[in-house]
Amino acid sequence: MMDLINNLSLGFGVAFTAQNLMYAFIGCLLGTLIGVLPGVGPVATIAMLLPATYALPPVAALIMLAGIYYGAQYGGSTTAILVNLPGESSSVVTVIDGYQMARQGRAGPALAAAGLGSFFAGCVGTLILAAFAAPLTEVAFKFGPAEYFSLMVLGLIGAVVLASGSLLKAVAMIVLGLLLGLVGTDVNSGVARFSFDIPELTDGIGFITIAMGVFGYGEIIANLSHPEDKREVFTGKVKNIYPTGRDLKLMLPAVLRGTTIGSILGILPGGGALLAAFAAYTIEKKTKLKPGEVPFGKGNIRGVAAPESANNAGSQTSFIPLLTLGIPPNAVMALMVGAMTIHNIQPGPQVMTSNPELFWGLIASMWLGNLMLVVLNLPLIGMWIKLLTIPYRWLFPAIVLFCAIGVYSTNNNTWDIWMVAAFGVIGYTFIKLGVEPAPLLLGFILGPMMEENLRRALLLSRGDWSVFVTRPLSAGLLAAAALLVIIVMLPAIKSKREEAFVEE
Amino acid sequence: MKIKSQKDFFSGLMFTAVGVAFAWGAAGYNVGTGARMGPGYFPMMLGIVLAFLGGLIMFKALVVETESGDKIGKWAWKPMLFIIGANLLFGIMIGGLPSIGLPPMGLVAGIFALTIVASLAGERFKLKEVLILATILAVGSYLAFVMLLKLQFPVWPTFIAG
Repeated sequence: MMDLINNLSLGFGVAFTAQNLMYAFIGCLLGTLIGVLPGVGPVATIAMLLPATYALPPVAALIMLAGIYYGAQYGGSTTAILVNLPGESSSVVTVIDGYQMARQGRAGPALAAAGLGSFFAGCVGTLILAAFAAPLTEVAFKFGPAEYFSLMVLGLIGAVVLASGSLLKAVAMIVLGLLLGLVGTDVNSGVARFSFDIPELTDGIGFITIAMGVFGYGEIIANLSHPEDKREVFTGKVKNIYPTGRDLKLMLPAVLRGTTIGSILGILPGGGALLAAFAAYTIEKKTKLKPGEVPFGKGNIRGVAAPESANNAGSQTSFIPLLTLGIPPNAVMALMVGAMTIHNIQPGPQVMTSNPELFWGLIASMWLGNLMLVVLNLPLIGMWIKLLTIPYRWLFPAIVLFCAIGVYSTNNNTWDIWMVAAFGVIGYTFIKLGVEPAPLLLGFILGPMMEENLRRALLLSRGDWSVFVTRPLSAGLLAAAALLVIIVMLPAIKSKREEAFVEE
Repeated sequence: MKIKSQKDFFSGLMFTAVGVAFAWGAAGYNVGTGARMGPGYFPMMLGIVLAFLGGLIMFKALVVETESGDKIGKWAWKPMLFIIGANLLFGIMIGGLPSIGLPPMGLVAGIFALTIVASLAGERFKLKEVLILATILAVGSYLAFVMLLKLQFPVWPTFIAG
């Protein structure tokens, strides 16, 4: 307990410097700004804004990125409530009741419920992160290459099991991602693999080009192929932001339940911000309505507060596997790994011991970021609403431009621009074929790590594959992965899972 | 044999093709053994797994009934060509095309080219509106990326700026 307080005070010492406060603020502001735009999810937002952090010192850069991430999420829920468009997959359920509230002229309380709920969940999530980080890091140091390999298998399996869509296709996307991650010079033999004698390819494929091509351009092309739908934006109707006493009374238990569910599901490999939101909403629906309460689906404030708290708590605790084990549980965290690598930080258990300022500073700044977002969002809501009224035909050229500039400035090389074009076409193909791109990004980041750990594990065992099942920790992790697969394959669960991800 | 899910069938086909290509490419490198993995070992393994998964997905697409046939639907050629084209044009403006002796035209020209071409992807195109948008984006980008963030860009055409 003493340690925790000491560590947190070290963290707050780092986060409270004028410079870092400013970067956290800029991050939150930019993140919200881009996140509010419909059709731009957190992955594209972070990828787009990543170049803005290149010139910063590592701590400041990560603090700003974390701010961007939260900002993008808050922005996403604003869009969900006001435009009936989920800015990201985890606000899909927020749309149901949030938009109904907006239509009844109660957009203000809905936004406040989302904001305050997320803030509370963020605080709890940060504390859990701080408390769990140290003991988990201890465990991580006991891990050998075999354990790491098995852990990555578990993480990848977890990520697809908890995601929506076809399991088989998601696994194939992971493998495809792993393969793409191997392009470039092999660290052990120095052989340039799959690089077709192109010098730029010997450095591997840039993760930013994949993220922006697939999540940015692919999405834009798909959006443009639908006729511009008539969007109802509730501009003039947000007068009263503050929820009534009755709203607060209804919200409070929902926020508590959502936070608990989100925190637990967030730690799981696969970091289920999406699943957390769905689970929280389902549970709220199961509870009895108070007399006179609006039913779910008709604008119940609990239907906004619970999933929003859950996905924020989940996104906070999903930093745990990243910071302690160095394994990203979802696509956003995969981008964080990429960002850390650019700043020469190898994510993993050693970060906490070798770089405590960075580690605890980042954690403290998360709490600050959550606070800033409440302060930023509720009074500034009018500004975000103005942004939402900008027609898409002005927005998408700007998004294309920011992607192109971002990609180019990564290496100051036009090669990346050609690559992002290729991945844009590939990304659109994925959308047409109905395959989820998120597992690809996860596999891409883990590819080289998995190969290295497999190589080391087999080298130590002299080529004996049984090492993965004879070492107890590794066997346990693989068993957990197998169990996950078996559980989702069970017919009863399978139909439930399909049901859970179908909107209502 | 009728394809029962078009989306699944073609995604399976894509996975198999890519898997085979990677495995075939990996065979060109030293594969080695488990204890001494060569650079070809892991990609070979994954390529085979991917090809197998693709086959499984294709098989399912041929056997399992779907209600609508999971049609892929119309390919949005117009937005794709203009968005990707705008991006490529921006690259050419920034880097030039040495092969045909085209010098870099710089960021400002690039932004105008990108905005105009990308806007053509939309349903409505009003030149005046697009030019205003491009000007705002050019000024904004110059202030944000060049002045504030100090990213390295050729801003003006090389034959003017030297």
